[in-house]
Amino acid sequence: MTSLKDMDWKPMALVPLLALAALPAVGSPSTWLTLTVAGLAMGMIVFIIASGLTLVFGLMDVLNFGHGVFIALGAFVATTVLASMGQYTTADSLWLNLLALLPAMLVAMAVAGALGLVFERFIIRPVYGMHLKQILITMGGMIIGEEMIKVIWGPEQIPLPLPEALRGAVLLGDAAVEKYRLVAVLVGAAVFAAMVWTLNRTKVGLLIRAGVQDREMVESLGYRIRRLFVGVFVAGSALAGLGGVMWGLYQQTVIPQMGAQVNVLIFIVIIIGGLGSTLGALIGALLVGLMANYTGFLVPKVALFSNIALMVAILLWRPQGVYPVTSR
Amino acid sequence: MLQRLLSKDLPRSPWLAVLLVVLFLGLAFAPFLFPGVKALNVAAKILIFVALVASFDLLLGYTGIVSFAHTMFFGIGAYGVAIALSSVEEASWGVLLLGVLCALAVSLLLSLLIGLFSLRVRAIFFAMITLAVASAFLTLASQLSDFTGGEDGLTFSVPELLSPGFELSEEPLALPWGEVNLNGKLLTYYLVFASVCAIFLTLLRIVNSPFGRVLQAIRENDFRAEALGYRTVVYRTLSNVLSASFATLAGCLLAIWLRYNGPDTSLSFEIMLDILLIVVIGGMGTLYGALVGSVLFVLAQSYLQDLLRLAGEAAEGIPLLPALLTPDRWLLWLGLLFVVSVYYFPTGIVGKLRERAVLAQLRRLK
Repeated sequence: MTSLKDMDWKPMALVPLLALAALPAVGSPSTWLTLTVAGLAMGMIVFIIASGLTLVFGLMDVLNFGHGVFIALGAFVATTVLASMGQYTTADSLWLNLLALLPAMLVAMAVAGALGLVFERFIIRPVYGMHLKQILITMGGMIIGEEMIKVIWGPEQIPLPLPEALRGAVLLGDAAVEKYRLVAVLVGAAVFAAMVWTLNRTKVGLLIRAGVQDREMVESLGYRIRRLFVGVFVAGSALAGLGGVMWGLYQQTVIPQMGAQVNVLIFIVIIIGGLGSTLGALIGALLVGLMANYTGFLVPKVALFSNIALMVAILLWRPQGVYPVTSR
Repeated sequence: MLQRLLSKDLPRSPWLAVLLVVLFLGLAFAPFLFPGVKALNVAAKILIFVALVASFDLLLGYTGIVSFAHTMFFGIGAYGVAIALSSVEEASWGVLLLGVLCALAVSLLLSLLIGLFSLRVRAIFFAMITLAVASAFLTLASQLSDFTGGEDGLTFSVPELLSPGFELSEEPLALPWGEVNLNGKLLTYYLVFASVCAIFLTLLRIVNSPFGRVLQAIRENDFRAEALGYRTVVYRTLSNVLSASFATLAGCLLAIWLRYNGPDTSLSFEIMLDILLIVVIGGMGTLYGALVGSVLFVLAQSYLQDLLRLAGEAAEGIPLLPALLTPDRWLLWLGLLFVVSVYYFPTGIVGKLRERAVLAQLRRLK
């Protein structure tokens, strides 16, 4: 961990700067606050989805175009789990609702993680270190996964309603904030904290970081680096599953193609973040979330390209993304 | 003569040579060998895919960069012709040419921008950025309905000479195995055929030129190529621009052939997957692979779905199998085929055949 003085603060300042820059454009402060909170919350959800990919890419140097499958799978598992818990989701009690949401998240993470184990073994393992083949192979995995989801859950979109107590909004001053977005912020913050803590403060994190730097040395010290990396991939997939649940509840419907759609968004986020940096991914996600909400309100026609414009602007400033991972 | 035409890049395998000659003659005389509307459409689709896939191979097989925006350029070509021809009352060659030129200019500019922007840093950005740009373009094309016809697309008429109403002779040509209508559609087929031949030979010339060698050097080891004094960014960007331009031309041919264009016919992500699959099956880094792969793939696509339907009906009653074997799930089988071929036949059909030829030669030397 670098000391506070050496910290690179500039990228972090981008988020409040973007928010402030939008204030005069939006005009009314209460609308601005609503949009900002909504944007930050959306950014947190995007971060949860992107965190798995940034973990896998940053630590294992595997460019997984099939990441979207785990996201879609997580969301579809959540529909099944929540549907089977009927009365818990419809009851007007926050605690009962959370009691229903928690198993949905856990099961989605477990299923996505298990699929990750299979995916790593059959799709990724033969192509470690070969980027070109990785892109092709994981793309193939993506197609197969999406089609399998269609076989199991059917090709139509499935509604994924929010539990009763999480619907609607609370008023913070003049600004209306959807309750679900607050949950998303909490979950996102927890994921970020857990990732940073695991990587920087635990022995497993130390070994993983050492393994990235010098694999053979860590192996010669008697640690099975391969197992550790399989674990990283499974963790990345499980995070994608969790992200899928959050994204599905945010959209309130799930379709088999959602993985491919979200893929585009998370690629933009991790490119902005610097391909493999956790903090970078968080900043990228927040920027994307804010940008999407502001442009969606101000000029809906441009909203399509706002993310790409954002990415272009960031890359002109820092061609490797805001926090480049220097080892590669 | 043949040597010069093929830029000294001969098939280098007797079986491949035979296969290529058969495919070439088959496509050249397709309207007469296989009369019928469906067969002619399949043949034209094969031709257009040959041009499209060959141009993609310049990027993937020869330069070693993955682009997901190839259908975007294909679509720009198709939309260029479609918008130009649907905006005028009387279709003329001048308008057609104008559409093609405008499409080329847009593709050139866009590919140059994307290339300079994303290849400057890391080739790995390129795959992700092209995916993002292409998906935004697809949405844009279906949203700007005043301009592009939205989801419905554009239907338009082509110059008189190419329209099906133009008759070369009153009587259809009677052959023992069917009748061939001698009309504008036939002329269009040969226009497509000639254009694809020209595109293919030009690409062959490019990859076998010193410029093409540099591209292959970059594919093998970009660091070393840079150390030898080649500006890899410039070469990669040029390769991207060239590949995009040829894809645009292929798109123009598609629009002329179909007299229609919409997001699903030229821009959809499925076509991008088809291209990837054909390149891998045919053989990355060999333009002949584009020909062999396109023929195999388009034939399979046109007739395999019927086969799947039959298999699905046969598997009735067995759990899960019918769900896997419906024609709707054929992308699943395509995906499996794709993964298997990337693993086990990374050099594709053409690579395998050439390998065999080399082995046979070695055995003879012993």
